[in-house]
Amino acid sequence: MSEPVQMIGGALILLGAIWSIMGAVGVLRFPDVYTRIHAASLTDTGAATLMLFGMGLMGEAGMVTLKLFFVWAFIMLTTPTSANALANAAFGSGHSPRIGNFQIVRGKNGGGSAPDRGARA
Amino acid sequence: MTPAVPDVSFVLNVSLLVMLLAVAVAIAVTRSLLAAILLLSVYSFLGAAWLMVMDAADVAFTEAVVGAGVSTLVLLGALLLTRGETIKTDWKQQIGPLALVLAVGGLLIYAAAGLPGYGDPASPANSYVGRAYLQATYNDIGAPNVVTAVLASYRGFDTLGETTVIFAACIGVALMLDPGSSGAPAQASRIRPGQHIVLKVISKLLIPLIILFAFYVQFHGDLGAGGGFQAGVTLAVAVILHALVFGLDETTRAFPPHLMRAISSGGVMVYSAVGVVCILNGGGFLDYDFLFTPQLEAAIPPGLLGDPDSKHHWGQHFGILLIELGVLLTVSSTMVSIFFGFAGRAPRAASVGQGG
Amino acid sequence: MSWFIANFNYIVVVILMMTGLFIIFSSANLIRRMIGLALFQSSTGLFYISLSKVSGGTAAIVVPPDSAEARALAAQLDPAYVAAFGVKGVVYANPLPHVLILTAIVVGVATLAVGLAIAVRVREAYGTVEAPEIDDLGRSVTEGPENGR
Repeated sequence: MSEPVQMIGGALILLGAIWSIMGAVGVLRFPDVYTRIHAASLTDTGAATLMLFGMGLMGEAGMVTLKLFFVWAFIMLTTPTSANALANAAFGSGHSPRIGNFQIVRGKNGGGSAPDRGARA
Repeated sequence: MTPAVPDVSFVLNVSLLVMLLAVAVAIAVTRSLLAAILLLSVYSFLGAAWLMVMDAADVAFTEAVVGAGVSTLVLLGALLLTRGETIKTDWKQQIGPLALVLAVGGLLIYAAAGLPGYGDPASPANSYVGRAYLQATYNDIGAPNVVTAVLASYRGFDTLGETTVIFAACIGVALMLDPGSSGAPAQASRIRPGQHIVLKVISKLLIPLIILFAFYVQFHGDLGAGGGFQAGVTLAVAVILHALVFGLDETTRAFPPHLMRAISSGGVMVYSAVGVVCILNGGGFLDYDFLFTPQLEAAIPPGLLGDPDSKHHWGQHFGILLIELGVLLTVSSTMVSIFFGFAGRAPRAASVGQGG
Repeated sequence: MSWFIANFNYIVVVILMMTGLFIIFSSANLIRRMIGLALFQSSTGLFYISLSKVSGGTAAIVVPPDSAEARALAAQLDPAYVAAFGVKGVVYANPLPHVLILTAIVVGVATLAVGLAIAVRVREAYGTVEAPEIDDLGRSVTEGPENGR
């Protein structure tokens, strides 16, 4: 492929890498399990999309681009599903989301069940 | 003699190894078993990426599917069945193991310094038998994937032994975790209709694709990365996904456990049968050149494989195909059977000590 | 320093193996021991594959000898290097350790499953998977007055 297209591809891959780092920082720094799930799924979908698109631009047209497209489609299908399943499991085991400065009490187990015990959920 | 490429692969190798090291230390340090199991899954996946940097496509495939997939499932299943309080280990108990491990590690590093350098093409490991296989495969067997050719044909007897070990593991787990024993019923499906809609829809979309991909990997094992082991585990993962999302009862209606055990033994039998047919036709055990009788070989149209020596390769091609089928049957049914064993067992009270 | 870089792979793989071994020796919980075992087996596999790497080589899938693919692969390297270490004009990685480790990985997970099944049965028999407690319970069963249950 031509030189400018390769440079754009490279820039996209670099952007995807920076996105991944942002997602990782988010997983470490966010206060709540739900916001962390959001950060992690952001890494998978956003960074993977940028990197795959960049790789598609950098490679030659043909089978490679088609295969990368299928990889992207598969990631787009499975990552939001796993984020959904994770959030479902977190909710089912009693984590309630922190909104603002106070914790919403879910009243099912008389409020404040074990996973609700603090910031590091 | 160094190749004239900048060694980007070495940088990738270093960074992935450092990440592996960090994850391994995290596994050692963490108190929570669930976290350790999930970190092991991350370790396996990073290991698969590292294996790709080392140009080991088949091994990376296997490590990703087996290590990050089935291994995690089995560990989680065991964790659910053995839930209990962890007693705290004090640091004094860990001095002995730490000293031993440091001593052994020091000795190993001292010894490993005498090993060939990274990527040395002239090392003894890369020179004699390895290169001989690369040179001889295209003429002897006609399969481009040298790893499959070595696994299935040159060292087919080893692979028969390993398939038998996998079958033995299936029987072992089935003997110990048979869900129909001791009267305790398997857990009723706790997935109510209307729950987990997203998972159900995506699984219905993906399970057929996963099965299709497993068969693609199976049949293209001798042309590209793949083969019976990877395809078997992928097929098992499709069944396990169905069981996880739709409940064990639904899945055991389609894949009953006794059928899984029968298929597992069937795979080993298919493999051995190929070897016996070769003996009956006048060759050695698993000598695929004798798989076809001369009358059968005469009936094959010449040049069908585009190779001047194609008749000689037919036996090899079909031999590899059949034994990979045997491996697929055994590996997939073993993994499914192991999962059924762990998932279908209700946690029980103790019979000694606490429960009486 | 150059010694460290040259043997980096081996040093790290040995540390990984020793981490797995440490987990096996120092943990009382049977499940944690199996995790350490899985870590150890995985790291041993990494060691073998480190040995099989050939600089500039590609995956061990033989391309037809004079095709465009083979020429493209060989064009990235020094021709003398390809002539010395290549097979039919292309440099490949050593396939033999790949074969060994491929089956080792699958057999490893099968034996992991058997070990975990044993741990599950131990839990059902003794009510715990911590090795010291199992030792105590076992001793109390065999040495106690209610012998031969």
